[in-house]
Amino acid sequence: MTWLSIIIAGIITYFTRMTMVALVDRDLLGERIKAVLAYVPSAVFPAIIFPGIFINDYGTFIEMNDPKIFGAIVAILVGYFSKNVIATILSGLFSYWIIIFLL
Amino acid sequence: MFTKKQLLIKGLLSVAPHMFSVIPFGIVCGAIGIKLGFSPILVYAMSIIIFGGASQIVFLQLLSGGASAVIAITSVGVINSRHLLYGAVLSEYLEKLSFIKKLLISYLVVDQGFAESNKFFQKNKNEPNLHYHLLGSGGTLWIFWQLSTLSGIIVGSFVPEELGLKFAVPLTFIAIVVHDLKKLDHVIVMITCGLSSLLFFDAPFKSYIIISPIIALFVAALVLRLKK
Repeated sequence: MTWLSIIIAGIITYFTRMTMVALVDRDLLGERIKAVLAYVPSAVFPAIIFPGIFINDYGTFIEMNDPKIFGAIVAILVGYFSKNVIATILSGLFSYWIIIFLL
Repeated sequence: MFTKKQLLIKGLLSVAPHMFSVIPFGIVCGAIGIKLGFSPILVYAMSIIIFGGASQIVFLQLLSGGASAVIAITSVGVINSRHLLYGAVLSEYLEKLSFIKKLLISYLVVDQGFAESNKFFQKNKNEPNLHYHLLGSGGTLWIFWQLSTLSGIIVGSFVPEELGLKFAVPLTFIAIVVHDLKKLDHVIVMITCGLSSLLFFDAPFKSYIIISPIIALFVAALVLRLKK
């Protein structure tokens, strides 16, 4: 039963990837929609970022002094000025660890 | 003009830095599956059949918590529905491919690969064979996702939970969008999405993950109209 569920979930997931690439003719999308689509990264990724910072494993809001907030601020600053993905990720992780393990 | 091989390598290199997030998250993902009591083969098979980190974890958590299969499957579909938006963006660059190639490359459309290849596509619109970049980025992410979930299944119990490795996930996406923080229109769209995701976090089936982008895209349309 679990296997069947995984296969169905996999097929659905594949359709989410394939539908717009293979089945929908791009000419159906108007110019205005195409212009809006340029915002997709900015419109999608914060929905992964914000809950990943502000909501804990139990689905509740974190305290305002949570080390994840500090880690995220460090990562944003480092990322903005360095333009380096590795530096962004590692600075965020290390500053988070420094707070939870050393302080 | 780039050769196919150059594009493939550029795609690979563009996502390579994200491995600092993908690998820890893959390990966590494999480890959680085992901790929840599922068989190693089943946990690993999800990485091939579903190939979507967050949705794999949610699926197993729901089932182990006693939710019905319908609820677990629906949640996976809702969480992964954001790929529809990625596909809509990428279709512009992939429209010349044959139908079969479109069907095949679609399997490799994932968050970081989409983000990095899309950045490259915007700057190199007129290149032929652009799909090789997506093949390089998506293929690299696929391989490392397989290896890291597998490692998580094998050694996951030795990775201390206190490390909070899941925190690498928001960090990798911060690295992707941080550059657009200097554009006011993008900042407005990002904040709209982020606040909506917190507001709708308890909406059923994890639907905040698609509700908030839709709200943010409406705001983007408004911003575009105001800019004119």
